[in-house]
Amino acid sequence: MTTAPLLKKPPSRSPATAAQGRRAARLRRSVREHLTAYGFLCAAVVIFALFSWWPIVRNVLLAFQDVNFATGSTWTGLTNFEKLFADPLLATAWRNTAVFTAYALVLGFFVPFLTAVLLNEFRHARAYFRVLVYLPVMLPPVVVALMWKWFYDPGPGLLNEVLRTLHLPTSAWLDSSSTSLVSLVIVSTWANMGTATLIYLAALQTIPGELYEAAELDGANLWQRLRHVTVPQTRFVLLVLLLLQIVATMQVFTEPYVMTGGGPDDSTVTVMFLVYRYAFVYNDFGTASALSLLLLLVLAAFSALYLRVTRTKEG
Amino acid sequence: MAASTRTLIRPSVLRTRKGKLVYWSVLTVALALFTLAFLVPLYWAVTGAMKTPAELAQNPPTCVPAEWHPENYARAWREMDLTRYFLNTVLLAGGAWLIQLAVQVPAAYALSKLRPRFGNVVLGLMLVTLMMPATALLVPVYLTVVDVPLFHRNLIDSPSAVWLPAAANAFNIYILKNFFDRVPDELLDAARIDGAGPLGTLWRIVLPLSRPILAVVSILSVVAAWKDFLWPLLVLPDPAKQPLSVFLQRVAQDTPLNSLVAGLVLASLPLIALFLVFQRQIVAGLGAGSLKG
Repeated sequence: MTTAPLLKKPPSRSPATAAQGRRAARLRRSVREHLTAYGFLCAAVVIFALFSWWPIVRNVLLAFQDVNFATGSTWTGLTNFEKLFADPLLATAWRNTAVFTAYALVLGFFVPFLTAVLLNEFRHARAYFRVLVYLPVMLPPVVVALMWKWFYDPGPGLLNEVLRTLHLPTSAWLDSSSTSLVSLVIVSTWANMGTATLIYLAALQTIPGELYEAAELDGANLWQRLRHVTVPQTRFVLLVLLLLQIVATMQVFTEPYVMTGGGPDDSTVTVMFLVYRYAFVYNDFGTASALSLLLLLVLAAFSALYLRVTRTKEG
Repeated sequence: MAASTRTLIRPSVLRTRKGKLVYWSVLTVALALFTLAFLVPLYWAVTGAMKTPAELAQNPPTCVPAEWHPENYARAWREMDLTRYFLNTVLLAGGAWLIQLAVQVPAAYALSKLRPRFGNVVLGLMLVTLMMPATALLVPVYLTVVDVPLFHRNLIDSPSAVWLPAAANAFNIYILKNFFDRVPDELLDAARIDGAGPLGTLWRIVLPLSRPILAVVSILSVVAAWKDFLWPLLVLPDPAKQPLSVFLQRVAQDTPLNSLVAGLVLASLPLIALFLVFQRQIVAGLGAGSLKG
């Protein structure tokens, strides 16, 4: 009699306690698992917080501050922007950057694409072409810039010598404000076109051959096949690289810094060059941040577009 | 790849006499142009370094050195104290590489396999940084390095000023995570049943399977560190600590041209060697790398 309730009681309580116990154990295990996971993540989170997330926020704050290491920074409202817009170099820098980007698109966008289309037709020496075109990508940009500064020398420089050999008019290259910017674009195209070319080449190789055959049966000539098969089939890669090219070239700094120092007559002062000058020549970090912020907004718009394009493709 | 796949030009056209003629002439012209555009500049630099200063200043220039002075390379190495700057560069690139792997691999593993709560939020916040190009954040990151928040350390002239910001690379974490995602969970469960902890699983199961992606990430990070200029220029003002790129730019004005060019060639050799050895990995990383910008 007395054992019956005792026997009865445990079954009535035990499912509850067991469930509770299980829940507690699961919670403990889940807490432990999350702690372990965050243990693996913590170094990255700290590094990102210090060198990426906080700087992004701080750039906005700095744009409205007068940065002073000794006495501490003070809020100055829009003073930095007023100072910036009063600087006649601001318009020059944006214009030069826009022109640089435009030239770089004409050269750096079409030249690699046409090169890739051409190389894709070749049945010989493919490895040679591929190595050749990619070799400059491996050179440090400073090496490329200093080397080309020497090639551009109007006297004993390589480029004018080549032009003279071909009986073409020579150029002042970096020494004239009318050719300095395009000379820089030629260098950066030479140095970077390998990347785009090889990416286009990979994209071209995925186009099904039947599409060309079908187009041919419909009477499409070479140009029409290029226009209506090749281009649409590689449209995604073309768009992605176009956006990347814009984002990359708008940040140009090393070439003008090393090769021209912004000259002649400020013809190669770019936005990043001006940011550098405000921050590290004039020690005016606030105004430099204000200009960075403007650049960042423009670049973020293109980057967002780029991420959107690539995400849609993936999804 | 498959050389037989049909491209723009019809294969049968290429078999005709006229087709062959056009093909070979276009190929020859392309070979000549590409060699001229990409190999001649390098030839010019390599041989230019072996010319005498007088010959280098000569107008018009000589295509083949009148006098060969290969010893210019050894002299330039000695006079410019290149051993020091090579070691500096190796230290910066090697350290950046190790710290990147040490930070990014565990993070990607946690996000891919341990899946903590809010892991997706963390990943999202990391990916957002891809929209913020590094150069545009130059000023605030520089100020962070001058006085690291919370730790209040000044990293100027310390190699960690180059190493640590390099580790904040969302793109690498993203491609590592994507690769780890493809490692079957059953393998990890089996390892757990055998008593391996998360670290053991990462070390003994995930990493050995991930060699290709680790190679790609490693090469990308070493090459990027070797090529970098603006950042080391800012954070390593001490001339004795600068890498090759900053050093060469700094002394370019006051160095005899043949020595400078010898220095430029020597500074490029490691990357060219790396390229010739790891071509396949580098080209594989290209498709992935292009997403970074």
